[in-house]
Amino acid sequence: MKRLILSTAALALTTGFAMAQDVVRMGTEGAYPPYNFINDSGEVDGFEREVGDELCKRAELTCEWVTNDWDSIIPNLTSGNYDTIIAGMSITDERDQVIDFTQPYFPPDPSIYVAASEDVDLEGGVVAAQTGTIQASHVASTGATLVEFATPDETVAAVRNGEVDAALADKGFLLPIANAESDLYVVSDDVYLGDGIGVGVRESDAELKEKLDAAITSMKEDGSLNTLIEKWFEGMKGPY
Amino acid sequence: MFASCADPSSLEGLAWLACYLTNGKHLLFYGSFGTVLLLLAVTAPVSLAFGFAGAMASRSRFLPLAWAGKIYTSVVRGVPDIVFFLFFVIALDQGIEWLRHQALCPGWTEPVRQGSDFIVCPEAKMPLSTAPQTVHEIYNFSLAVVTFAIVFGAFAANVLYGAMNAVPRAQLETAHAYGMNDRQTFWRILVPQMWVYALPGLGNLWMILIKATPLLFLLGVRDIVYWARELGGSKTAIYAYPHPDWRLYYFLFLLVFYLAFTRVSEIVFERLSRKLSHGQATAAGEAQRRQA
Repeated sequence: MKRLILSTAALALTTGFAMAQDVVRMGTEGAYPPYNFINDSGEVDGFEREVGDELCKRAELTCEWVTNDWDSIIPNLTSGNYDTIIAGMSITDERDQVIDFTQPYFPPDPSIYVAASEDVDLEGGVVAAQTGTIQASHVASTGATLVEFATPDETVAAVRNGEVDAALADKGFLLPIANAESDLYVVSDDVYLGDGIGVGVRESDAELKEKLDAAITSMKEDGSLNTLIEKWFEGMKGPY
Repeated sequence: MFASCADPSSLEGLAWLACYLTNGKHLLFYGSFGTVLLLLAVTAPVSLAFGFAGAMASRSRFLPLAWAGKIYTSVVRGVPDIVFFLFFVIALDQGIEWLRHQALCPGWTEPVRQGSDFIVCPEAKMPLSTAPQTVHEIYNFSLAVVTFAIVFGAFAANVLYGAMNAVPRAQLETAHAYGMNDRQTFWRILVPQMWVYALPGLGNLWMILIKATPLLFLLGVRDIVYWARELGGSKTAIYAYPHPDWRLYYFLFLLVFYLAFTRVSEIVFERLSRKLSHGQATAAGEAQRRQA
């Protein structure tokens, strides 16, 4: 009898754990097309949505998407409000001290400058970037005057209304905008920043990191990651 | 929403606009007005209760209670809102989870704090990570209500404390002379008369509260300003309804909403103030008496 109770208790415990572990909450920003954005029906969509869903399928996890403000995206991960950050976040040493990253699922970010005219001074002028991004720290290191905005969209608006001379952001985000608008010009070659984009996880969450790493490896091996990159980023060759 | 909206790229003019304004994202935008109104409807009475308790504590003759009341009002009023919303909420959330952790997982040996990570057993998660997204949203909303109530309660406590002191001393002494004890004097004489002094201050707080709701997004609750910015931002061809930067129109719409809302509030407060002045020993009450 005792044994029966014990084994039921153990069973209940393990199923409890299995249930609790199985749902992985995916934190994203939802304001950075084509990486991640809220589509017209109000759902998270984009390159990272597809990559994330595929990773979850391969790692046999049930995933749920959550959006969070960029400013508080790391504190909310470490305090456990969601389990991953998959929001176009480049792997940098600074961030690596607070959270862990999986291997990159996107190569070092080519970034570009966009300006309202073709002759701007990128070293001495005023340049906009999103707060807390690698672009912002890069602008600060070039000697240009940095103006920070909460969302990438506002950096483009600042260029257009003349508040700043240029904006620096991911090429994948800026290029479609510059192509669509006749008053915006790409004024630089690709600037490579960071060590690629990875999935952010808590430092203590080694198990989840391992699972995601394995899933990313398998996506790189069978070429499905390349297919997704080519689908969402116009004119970009899959690098893996 | 409508069947004709299946292929937005083929639509033009008004048909396009009708489909655009009824897509899923816009419905969420309209819904967020409800969220904001609900937040205000819940937060206002709760912060008033916090304020009342704070003011009563500050007036207490029992010193530690008076200190507690005064520390609450001065510390919370001094801390910037955004700090409160970034750190206090996370601390509150972690506090709740820590208590649940202690109660539910006595056999857990790993430390709760590991570097910058905060780890409790899966059963202590609040809400459980298996819970549907709506439960998470309701929980975040409740955290928002509590935080707003604490912040605005501190301001309300200060207003009510001042109002309680503004009631003429003679009124209280007369009450005592009629043989009322402290409790009776407080509830029957002081409280009914103080509202007319508190009303202008409380009205101000209400107006500030109406405009403070964009702080909600820091807690993951998507309010009207978040949606206006999200919907208004320029949309490339990746979206079903591409358009240039339309934030101006969305924010103009919000401006109209806020102005209308504050105007209605003003009218309500004016009426309330007239009602409360009735029969009071104040200049406004005196004027009403002469007119009658």
